[in-house]
Amino acid sequence: MIDLVLEVASWISIVAGLFFMLVGTIGVLRLPDVYTRLHAAGMTDTMGAGFLILGMMLQTIEGILHGQDTWWFVLVRLVLIYLFILFTSPIATHALARAGLAGGVEPWTAPTDGDA
Amino acid sequence: MLRAFGLGVTLFAFWLALSGHYTPMLLGFGVGSCALVVYLSHRMGVIDEEGVPLHTTLRMLAYLPWLLKEILVANIVVAKVILSPDMQISPRMVSFRGSQRSDLGRAIYANSITLTPGTITTGVSGNDFEIHALRAADLETGEEQAMDVRCSRVEGN
Repeated sequence: MIDLVLEVASWISIVAGLFFMLVGTIGVLRLPDVYTRLHAAGMTDTMGAGFLILGMMLQTIEGILHGQDTWWFVLVRLVLIYLFILFTSPIATHALARAGLAGGVEPWTAPTDGDA
Repeated sequence: MLRAFGLGVTLFAFWLALSGHYTPMLLGFGVGSCALVVYLSHRMGVIDEEGVPLHTTLRMLAYLPWLLKEILVANIVVAKVILSPDMQISPRMVSFRGSQRSDLGRAIYANSITLTPGTITTGVSGNDFEIHALRAADLETGEEQAMDVRCSRVEGN
């Protein structure tokens, strides 16, 4: 029973991760300039990677319940990977945005925005 | 001194979690490399409130679940925007005032803003945060204020 719950939850999570990856990619293609595209790129490494890692963690927990004792290490590593993503990805995004501003790229504004 | 010890213990716990080999020789190498890192950090002068912010650990752990929830909510908002056929976006550069008292707190706040899709910190000078927002309307929900308060709380005294 618990196997089924873990398996289903894990696949829901992996599909959600793929969904956010896909939407992030569509966003990078659809949005108009470098700054707005960074918002879409941010989705892939926060929720995209996040849900994929959560899905893998659930798979690992299932393995541990089946006596794979060494999989504890995998679980710990998955948590650490996500923590490192949380610490490093905003810095990369920030650096890209700053590079754009330093290079004189004007942020795109909607043509309908009179007061921008 | 206490901070250097804390750094050593944290590094060794990290080493234990990643290694998986617990023979006396390898454990010795682990202890040795952790001691070397602590020594080098000491020489570089980075063992201080900012380099080893162990005093914030518990408050940081309390903050993370809230941050993850915010990230999830913001992701769904941005996903909706991207998938809508007419893509209603109104990008703006806006300025925010943070209430943090240390560079560490400001870094936590700036990174939290960037982590939530829809807002990116493009610059920090003093307590002024320059933010690029995907939709100006989303900024008026008070989420940034809530985040500011929580980041100041993580920073402690």
